[in-house]
Amino acid sequence: MSTALAAPVEPALELRDVRLAYGLREVLRGIDLCLAPGERVALLGENGAGKSSLLRCITGLAGNASGEVLIDGRTGRQHGREALARRVAVVPGQTDVAFPLRVEELVALGRIPHEHPLLGPREEDREAVAAAIRRVGVERLVGRDVRQLSLGERQLAVLAMSVAQGAGLLLLDEPTAHLDLRHQVAVMRLLRRLAEEDGVAVLAVMHDVALAAHFFPRIVLLHEGRLVADGAPAEVLTPERIRQVYGVDPSIVPLPLPARSPD
Amino acid sequence: MSTRVAGRVDAARPTVALLPASRRPVALALTGLLALATALVLGVALGNVAVPVADTLALLAHRLLGWPVSVTWPASAETIIVELRLPRVLTAMAVGVALALAGATFQGLLRNPLADPYVLGTASGAALGAALAMLLPIQVALLGFGLMHLLAFGGALLAVAVVYRLSRLGELNSLTSVLLTGYAVGSLLAAGLAMTMYLSGSHLRQIFFYLLGSFSLSSWQQLLVGLPVILLGCLVILGRARSLNALLLGEETAAHLGLNVRRERLVLLGAATLITGAAVAMSGLIGFVGLVVPHLVRLVVGPNARLLLPLSALFGASFLAFADLVARMPGELPVGIVTAVIGAPFFLYLLRRYRAGYAL
Repeated sequence: MSTALAAPVEPALELRDVRLAYGLREVLRGIDLCLAPGERVALLGENGAGKSSLLRCITGLAGNASGEVLIDGRTGRQHGREALARRVAVVPGQTDVAFPLRVEELVALGRIPHEHPLLGPREEDREAVAAAIRRVGVERLVGRDVRQLSLGERQLAVLAMSVAQGAGLLLLDEPTAHLDLRHQVAVMRLLRRLAEEDGVAVLAVMHDVALAAHFFPRIVLLHEGRLVADGAPAEVLTPERIRQVYGVDPSIVPLPLPARSPD
Repeated sequence: MSTRVAGRVDAARPTVALLPASRRPVALALTGLLALATALVLGVALGNVAVPVADTLALLAHRLLGWPVSVTWPASAETIIVELRLPRVLTAMAVGVALALAGATFQGLLRNPLADPYVLGTASGAALGAALAMLLPIQVALLGFGLMHLLAFGGALLAVAVVYRLSRLGELNSLTSVLLTGYAVGSLLAAGLAMTMYLSGSHLRQIFFYLLGSFSLSSWQQLLVGLPVILLGCLVILGRARSLNALLLGEETAAHLGLNVRRERLVLLGAATLITGAAVAMSGLIGFVGLVVPHLVRLVVGPNARLLLPLSALFGASFLAFADLVARMPGELPVGIVTAVIGAPFFLYLLRRYRAGYAL
């Protein structure tokens, strides 16, 4: 489904035969994946399937990976570190802050790849910070210490930082882990808006199968370092695959119905 | 691509007004400059032979700025101020800048509020070097520095180099292991220091005095050698405020923000170690400045390194100049005692007062 849509447009992200091994242990065994701008993909798979490793390959942090990772048609090396950071933003599952840091100061960190190395943030950077705070709807958190926020509020603040980064590709590692239902839905809706309205390509590692099936139009399933399925939730999340990947009785997972209404 | 998100917000809305007023950095900077000027004038005016403040101001204007001022002071006052007190006050300021900046850098690099310039073994390395120098029957004199200064400088640098190698700080790994390596190497060196002191006999007092820090031996010659080293390191650090900001959320996030983490870490660590070594060689081990001054500044302006670094330098300079002034009032106390006696209660007071917004 993605290829038909992406045909005239350059893919935001393209992986060709990406492999990664830690010593003798193969973590990724040849992953091919393509994301068009504005596309949202949930990356599912058991613990240790290679989901987070795949994200690290995309950002270039997994040094010994082989294969090709193209972002907007060019490799990370061709972009250069800073230019790459302007195109790819990463939302970690957990964010620790060692010093008291206000929400707006956290969001401003997203502008680091844009600001002047010596002179610091420019007017456009300050505008982008304010715009990101509005976009994510965290105005009421401005002025508060990040460390005193609830986990849900903190995750929204970190998302605002990634929005301020202004990247066309957003990678998220379990963005809804530890969040209550209300904040889970808030994060999912925000990702949908970023994709549909701003054309941001979103690739999110997810653990909640039902949440992913409900909010993502496309699901990629990893199992033991291989991509075993890629497509609409109803096509990918069959009872057989749930049993194969997660090793559990599929009846305990609320799976999408084949003819699903959008949201 | 970068405007894709930002551009969506209605252009008519005054977006930046959403952000609250900054945390009074200008007021703090002015306070710091005033404190620095006061410390300079009082530092050269007061002492065994007090020179009237008016004369001091005129003399400073005459000698430092070249103003045509009529000479109203005795020649002895000029000698005392220019040859003895001025280099001493300026050395205290330079060392204060170095320790405060090194402290802010180590705290940021290690993401640890308890870090100070001595955290990775510089103190023990320098102390051991200085103590060994006193036992060696070698006389070296190089531009106002003796063997003790040189070995202290070398010891500080060597200690951090060892910690860097052992903890493989060049790789992205746990900061806890770095701190523990620093602690272990520091302990080993401290044992060497204790052994040296035990064997030192008549030199014990001299070593002990050095360990507590002092500016009583400061001279123009030392300052002219030490200052360029400190200035160089400080400029390197001040130019990397962005890297320290990126590291606020850890190495991975810093890398995702486009930072070459290994390189930046090595450069910042090297610069902070260099200025710590220079400070230690010029004045011995002065505690508390490097730990507390960055925290004081952070309390007021937040952790943004673009404000934190220059303001820490400013307050480090004035704090240490004042501490030295107090240290020589009753005769000649080690300045390290004064920094702790003044600094600790003041810091505790601030922590209590700001506890609501600043939980360590």
